[in-house]
Parts: sequence; structure tokens; C-alpha cells
Amino acid sequence: MTVTKKTSISEALSKRRDDIESQWTGELKSSTSTSAKGRLTSAEVADQAKQFLDIFHPALQTLQLDDINGSEWLEVRAFLDELSKRRVLAGFSSDETAKFIFSLKRSLFDALKQEFSGDSIQLADGIWQVTVLLDNLGLHTIKSYQKAREDVINRQQEELLELSTPVVKIWEGILALPMIGTLDSARTQIVMESLLQRIVETEAQIAIIDITGVPTVDTLVAQHLLKTVTAIRLMGADCIISGVRPQIAQTIVHLGVDLQGVTTKANLADALSLALKRSGFSFSKH
Amino acid sequence: MPTLHSSGELPLKSEHDMVLGRQMVRRLAQEQGFSLVDQTKIVTAASELARNALIYGGGGMLKWEVLLDGLKRGVRLTFQDQGPGIANVELALTDGWTSGHGLGLGLSGARRLVDDFELDSVVGQGTRVTVTRWK
Amino acid sequence: MDRIPILRMGEFLLVTIQVDMHDQLALRLQDDLTQAIDANGTKGVLIDISALEMVDSFIGRMIADISGMARILDAKTVLVGMQPAVAITLVELGLSLPGVATALNVERGMQLLRHTRDEADADTALKR
Repeated sequence: MTVTKKTSISEALSKRRDDIESQWTGELKSSTSTSAKGRLTSAEVADQAKQFLDIFHPALQTLQLDDINGSEWLEVRAFLDELSKRRVLAGFSSDETAKFIFSLKRSLFDALKQEFSGDSIQLADGIWQVTVLLDNLGLHTIKSYQKAREDVINRQQEELLELSTPVVKIWEGILALPMIGTLDSARTQIVMESLLQRIVETEAQIAIIDITGVPTVDTLVAQHLLKTVTAIRLMGADCIISGVRPQIAQTIVHLGVDLQGVTTKANLADALSLALKRSGFSFSKH
Repeated sequence: MPTLHSSGELPLKSEHDMVLGRQMVRRLAQEQGFSLVDQTKIVTAASELARNALIYGGGGMLKWEVLLDGLKRGVRLTFQDQGPGIANVELALTDGWTSGHGLGLGLSGARRLVDDFELDSVVGQGTRVTVTRWK
Repeated sequence: MDRIPILRMGEFLLVTIQVDMHDQLALRLQDDLTQAIDANGTKGVLIDISALEMVDSFIGRMIADISGMARILDAKTVLVGMQPAVAITLVELGLSLPGVATALNVERGMQLLRHTRDEADADTALKR
């Protein structure tokens, strides 16, 4: 019995594909979330609806309508993920984006009404199936939208992070990295990677990490610094840590962290002086 | 609840198998969009564990799975061998990160390179190590 | 039988590791290298790993062993070209290769070897 009904939904869509498409497109266009705000052109709206129905139909034909996380709905999910991503970037809200799916209900219900005009039980079942299916797809769209939003925010945070922790070439072969603010695991990772990359790009011989602007150094921070220094050494460059205040020196010793022969200097100027000397430069004042 | 997206198996019976295994893991990580550093980490962990299975376990099997948890993607690797097993798991896993010779097992190191780590070992029967790295 | 080629770079030896290493290859390399150091009276060996996208504890140990053997034969080893992702991973893995000198590339590595050799010569001169 159930199989017959599902086949019928799929059939209803095949028979009335054009009607469904034009009705849905019409509704999308007239909804205030799209054309009124002018963020999507009429043509784009029609195109998206068409593309969606092109992959929606084959998925329906698999007759597996209960689990949208199955492989039958892979293409549809991928389409919705892409749609969400684009809508996030275009500034749509999550419900505006989900409406893409929910507004399809109307046209599908109408198609079912026409298909099962004489059979109210089949019609009711068909409407229920479609409702559950589109609700699930709509929820997936919202989740997808949220993830895409998070990704954008994370990327922006990373860019901000990079901007706030610039790697500066302060001399031929010498890079400086002034760290400001608290150092956490995620931040240190990003900073470490970008510093190492810059060392390779500039073929720098010495990297100075200045921690004057870091308020506290706990075991974790000390370990992160140590890892960074070790990685730099493995790549073949030297590292000097500057801005080590008396408090920090005490903390490091009390914590029992062994800095393993890492050169430390009280301030950036001293570090630069040492770096230049190591690089073979000498200066005289006139 | 993570769902399975795809999976497969590879034998680990020779050095050549190890090379293939590494290449497979690299490919999986790339396909799932892992950053270069994260790719390197999981491939290196796989190399350590595959070597264990081959050299200490007398050969075994690598099962790989791509998992989806909501919208998170993960790569899970299971290394199974029918070797002598590990007598003292605690000892094998506790290794100061500065030393490079942890009974030659590389387990503690591999653990640091992944997000989830599970070890099952029965002396005389074999060892199974399951690691997962999430994007 | 495949083996990793050892090239002469001036007075030093250069080994470029590009392929996946396995036990036999590593042992063969150590054999060939120690022989070559002896035969050439070389004072310096460069190991170029710029092509390696992964270094695990096996390769790490091999490098440390080569460095140790070379030292006993009075030659210095410099490891060059480690990629950033590899460096980060190695550190996380717990390997810091303490006894091995490193340089960014072959050119810098050679500078380092020449510098060390010059210092050694100066030392010898002083002692006379």
C-alpha cells in the first residue's frame, strides 16, 4: 500500500512538472524575500527552481522519502548546501533561505489534489508525506545555512587574527612577530603556521617572537611557544623570544617548563641587536 | 550521532601496502577538505600505526571510514592486527613529548596527532587502534 | 634493487630523499652513506627532505641515526628543507631531532658546513 502511494507522489510530479515549476517560481518571485529586495533576479529565481526540481524528481523516484540523509538525497542535500552558502554571502536571513523549500509545498499540494481528486485518503497520506519530506529538507537547509554562516565568521576571525598578528620583516633575513593579547591554542596554531610559511617564503634566518604584549604565560602558552620554537629550528631557522618580563621568567621556572636552550631577551631591541650580530652585521655610529 | 558516508579496507601486509595506505589516507583527507597541516597530521599518524601493525603485529588490516556528524566531516581509521598484543598499554601510551623513542611504538605520538583515539589490545590475540580526525 | 643516490657537492655529500622510505631502503642508505663518507674523507653531509610531505618517527630515527654515524666518522650532518606542515607535525609527534643541525635549503646548509669546517681548521691551527 505504502509503495503505491509513494509512486503516486512521484507520478504526480512527473505529470505536472511544468505546472509545479511555474507555480513555485511564481511564488518565489512574488515573495518579499527575493525580488522585492532585488538581491536575486527573476531569471536567477526561475533557474534555481528548475535546477532543484531536476534533481528533486529523481530522488523522489527512489521511493525512499523517509530519510533525507541517505545516499538517494545526496545531490539534493548538496544543492541545498550550495544554495545556503550563496544566500549567506548575499546577506539573506536563515528563514528567507529556508522559504525556498517551504514555498514548494503549495504547488506540490495542488498537484496532489489534482492527482488524487477522488481519493481523500490517498490525498491525505500524500500531503503528509510531502509535508514531512519538505520539513526535513527545510530543516537541513537551515542547518546548512547556520554552518555556512559559522564558516564565514570563522574565516573573518582568522583574517582578523592574521591582521592582528602580522609577521614583519624587520631586516634582511630577520622576521619579527609581535604577539598581542592572550594566546590560546587555536590562535597559536594559526600564528605558528603563518610564521613558518613566511620563513620559507622570505628565506629568513632568524625569527623574533615578541611577547611583550602577552599579559599572562601559563603552562599551555609556554608549551605552545616551545613548540613554535622547535618547529622553526627543525625547518632550519633560529628563534629568539623577546619581551620576557621578570614575572614571566618566574612563571616559566616555577612551572618547570624547560626552554631547552631557547634564547630569550628582555625586549625587542636587544633581540634585534643579537639577531643582527648573528647574521653577521655590525653597525657603527658616527 | 555520526553517520557513515563511505568506507573501505586495505590490507597491511607489506611495505608496499603501507605506501598505498598512506596515499589513501592523504587522498581521503584532501577530499574532505582538511588543511595541509591536518592532512599531514593524519597521514603521519596513519604511518605510525600502519608500521606498528606491520612490524609488531605481523601484518593486518586498515579500515577507513568517512563520517558525517551534522555538518562536521571526519576521517576514521582502524588498524587491526592479530599480533602479540601490548602487555602494558599505559606504558606504551605515556611518553614525554620531547623524547623520540617510546618503545618504538609511536602510539603516544600518533595519539597527539588525532582528535579521537581508542586502543584495544589483548595479549596473544592482537591489537586494534581506532583514530579519528575531524574537519 | 633501488637505492637513494648520493651526490658530491663540492667537498660535501648530498642525499635527496624523495620517495617513501622503507626499512630496506633506509638500511641501504645508511650503508652507502657511511661507505661514501669513508671513501671520500668527507666532512659534511646534507640530507635534503624538501620533497617530503610527511616525516614519521621511522624516518626521523633514520635521520638521527645517519647523523650519529656520520659524527663518529668525523662528518657533520645538516638536514635541509623541512616543509612547515611537516615541522609542525613532527613537533606534535614528539620528535625534535636534538642532535641534528638544520638549514632552510641546500645553499644555506653548505654555508653552515663550510663555516663548521673553517672553525675546525682554525681550531687545529691554534693547537699547533
